Amino acid sequence: MATAAEQWVLVEMVQALYEAPAYHLILEGILILWIIRLLFSKTYKLQERSDLTLKEKEELIEEWQPEPLVPPVSKDHPALNYNVVSGPPSHNIVVNGKKCVNFASFNFLGLLDNARVKAAALASLKKYGVGTCGPRGFYGTFDVHLDLEDRLAKFMKTEEAIIYSYGFATIASAIPAYSKRGDIVFVDRAACFAIQKGLQASRSDIKWFRHNDVADLERLLREQEAEDLKNPRKARVTRRFIVVEGLYMNTGTVCPLPELVKLKYKYKARIFLEESLSFGVLGEHGRGVTEHFGISIDDIDLISANMENSLASVGGFCCGRSFVIDHQRLSGQGYCFSASLPPLLAAAAIEALNIMEENPGIFLVLKEKCERIHKALQGISGLKVVGEPLSPAFHLQLTDSTGSREEDVKLLQEIVNHCMNRGIALTQARYLEKEEKCLPPPSIRVVVTVEQTDEELERAARTLKEAARAVLL
Amino acid sequence: PEPGGCCCRRPLRANGCVANGEVRNGYVRSSAAAAAAAAGQIHHVTQNGGLYKRPFNEAFEETPMLVAVLTYVGYGVLTLFGYLRDFLRHWRIEKCHHATERKEQQDFVSLYQDFENFYTRNLYMRIRDNWNRPICSVPGARVDIMERQSHDYNWSFKYTGNIIKGVINMGSYNYLGFARNTGSCQEAAAKVLEEYGVGVCSTRQEIGNLDKHEELEKLVASFLGVEAAMAYGMGFATNSMNIPALVGKGCLILSDELNHASLVLGARLSGATIRIFKHNNMQSLEKLLKDAIVYGQPRTRRPWKKILILVEGIYSMEGSIVRLPEVIALKKKYKAYLYLDEAHSIGALGPTGRGVVDYFGLDPQDVDVMMGTFTKSFGASGGYIGGKKELIDYLRTHSHSAVYATSLSPPVVEQIVTSMKCIMGQDGTTLGKECIQQLAENTRYFRRRLKEMGFIIYGNEDSPVVPLMLYMPAKIGAFGREMLKRNIGVVVVGFPATPIIESRARFCLSAAHTKEILDTALKEIDEVGDLLQLKYSRHRLVPLLDRPFDETTYEETE
Repeated sequence: MATAAEQWVLVEMVQALYEAPAYHLILEGILILWIIRLLFSKTYKLQERSDLTLKEKEELIEEWQPEPLVPPVSKDHPALNYNVVSGPPSHNIVVNGKKCVNFASFNFLGLLDNARVKAAALASLKKYGVGTCGPRGFYGTFDVHLDLEDRLAKFMKTEEAIIYSYGFATIASAIPAYSKRGDIVFVDRAACFAIQKGLQASRSDIKWFRHNDVADLERLLREQEAEDLKNPRKARVTRRFIVVEGLYMNTGTVCPLPELVKLKYKYKARIFLEESLSFGVLGEHGRGVTEHFGISIDDIDLISANMENSLASVGGFCCGRSFVIDHQRLSGQGYCFSASLPPLLAAAAIEALNIMEENPGIFLVLKEKCERIHKALQGISGLKVVGEPLSPAFHLQLTDSTGSREEDVKLLQEIVNHCMNRGIALTQARYLEKEEKCLPPPSIRVVVTVEQTDEELERAARTLKEAARAVLL
Repeated sequence: PEPGGCCCRRPLRANGCVANGEVRNGYVRSSAAAAAAAAGQIHHVTQNGGLYKRPFNEAFEETPMLVAVLTYVGYGVLTLFGYLRDFLRHWRIEKCHHATERKEQQDFVSLYQDFENFYTRNLYMRIRDNWNRPICSVPGARVDIMERQSHDYNWSFKYTGNIIKGVINMGSYNYLGFARNTGSCQEAAAKVLEEYGVGVCSTRQEIGNLDKHEELEKLVASFLGVEAAMAYGMGFATNSMNIPALVGKGCLILSDELNHASLVLGARLSGATIRIFKHNNMQSLEKLLKDAIVYGQPRTRRPWKKILILVEGIYSMEGSIVRLPEVIALKKKYKAYLYLDEAHSIGALGPTGRGVVDYFGLDPQDVDVMMGTFTKSFGASGGYIGGKKELIDYLRTHSHSAVYATSLSPPVVEQIVTSMKCIMGQDGTTLGKECIQQLAENTRYFRRRLKEMGFIIYGNEDSPVVPLMLYMPAKIGAFGREMLKRNIGVVVVGFPATPIIESRARFCLSAAHTKEILDTALKEIDEVGDLLQLKYSRHRLVPLLDRPFDETTYEETE
């Protein structure tokens, strides 16, 4: 039935077509053609194409002059001519041919020259040779590495530790292993260069808060919370990290960890702590800033430190819970793609840890020495001490800058030279001026070690005073 | 003759075209007539005939279609099972072995996306025992491996306390055999260790610049034949911390698609624009160079400040050698700068061990930045950059490493100095030269034998890095385990280090390998190859001894 009806409609339509006036058909035909034309024509006019001819291209290539690979460096660039150290860079050091007491190397516990450490390294050298000839994944894992990781984890009282073959690469690899594009990292403005590079590699959103200013950090966290409320779906997948240093390399100050931990739980942001300076320095057993404040290490998501300061070896490590640390074994670029740490350096670090565990008094000695020289250096005309009394590495800055960084650097270098001529080895803190996020003012770095005697500390303070008087007045 | 229509990602390279001769799967016809005959189909011959002083034989046989399909099916099955297992774990039907978040932090945003770890959990974990095998001896020609067992399918390992002694080491980058615990290098390093200690505790710019470092840098410069050099504490960081000092915003980096992670990271940190060219493909590079200069920077239309080409000497996963003569010709033509990473090639290539520049008989002055590592051929650790004095002066003042990173450990420096002097013959022996020759012979021999057995072997016939194609995911684990059972330690690699279907085993040859060791290894590889059906090559070669090498027999290898 239905088909018959449809057929009838069709017939009617055809009939209607016959009956329609010719002008109507023509008009409709034109309209249909117009639609087809519109469908197939471009909606906008492309600009006149002006392809370059081959000859023009060649001319352009001929014409192009690149900048030189590197700009020329002036002969008197302050960083071009390095100090040359002959012999070991230990407590007594020969710099540029001058015998000095070392106030510049981060050899806080004096383990660089330690006979036991050397013996352990030597035994390892005789067993394994020097290099590992491979990354950890491909036969570059030695039993010494496993031992060292185990020992570090036990020392720090964490579940797991992972070692890197280069101190700088440790935090710089750890941050991008977790923090990805779209994640948010809250960082202290005074953060060291390795952290800055790690952040850059992570491509996350970075929020800088004022140095050690918890209120400023909380302001940023609160802003972020408000932002998250607007877009809860995005907030559910946006990780938040707080990256701080235990003892700041650039300022010599300790981070306000207890407050940071409170903020961590309040705003659900994980804390990454860089402890290169505080590991083996702060706390009763040298476990760093967590022990210093009596904070449970489980409250910190990741601790990273290098083994190049207190442990006087080379390399770095991260420690924390297995859930966190294990992830780096496949995602930490500096771990996966680099040759592993030479076993002799790992063996040296193990022996250094042994010594630290056996002599917990050493940290108190270091602290006393720090306080002593801090006190002795107060009130030098023209120079101010930047850093806390418990910090074994701190800065001396000019109280009155000349107004030009270059001039300041020159003045400070004169002071350093003056001291160097009088048997006190010091150095200026070096920075890449154009690359630093917040470039600290020029400064002389003073490093305290347990090997420095009280007499030497007094002498250093006295020499610095004299130098400041001679140069600045 | 080329099997077509396969999902190979580099059909161009599979042709293996070369300069002074045509290559089909490793065979050279170097006679002029043959070259002329080939010229019609292979444009490289006519274009670059004069650039190469030696035959350049590089082959990448295409993946057989069936194998490719089966590989995808393999991954498909693994993925399906992965989802099933995840489902079971989710509903607590299967026990979870992996570490979990702290209770107090359960309500934090998860530290890593569960999906990111899908691969790790369900694929990598099944064959995890093939990596990170801990060793407890020198990583020499033979190595002692600590035996370990897993009772929970590789989620955790227990050390049994047994040591698997004398495993043939085909995995370490010990190209020249300097990984040793006896001999002059060890003695020298021990002496320095006793004098200096192991650490430095400062950076180069502050007070960590030892006389030893200066000595090393002078030696490296003279070894490389460049004006000056600088050494750094880590090979990876040499790339990632120095490329940003050389280029920045407004500069262009042209990078090979298979460049090492450190080069990629360095390029990314530099802030320069990065464009990728096909692996070792000179047409692709030239097109990018031409377009870059003609069209300038996108959006602003300003010309690029400078263009830096990043290549490696030997690509560690492909076993290929960079087409350096052509790269240099292009770089000169287009006024670009060249950054050459010789991590694997320094010491391992060239008649005097000076790397890929030496191998092709080129002038080191033509390479703007010569980078390399001390980890491999020198049996130490760290990296270097060599070049013009202006370059090194600039790096001394602006390299991130020089300013912020602790300098090289003195005993490590001494190992490099002694081994480098040995290679240069400055120690008064011919030991270094013999090592270089031994490595070259081992390489040729090992590669030839594997090809004869019918394996698909990638790369250049002179490259000591020898990838043997496994393709299927299940065979990665099977090959690694089966070889260890036969007392041979090999490296197996799969995704993400390689493209998903091109899983492979990789052998690294060493001058320390004797013929006997290599023959043992070859015999076992042959057996395992039959067992696992790995002899995929459809270009079976007749063993050289059985057949004179001329053009008539050449045809039958196709």
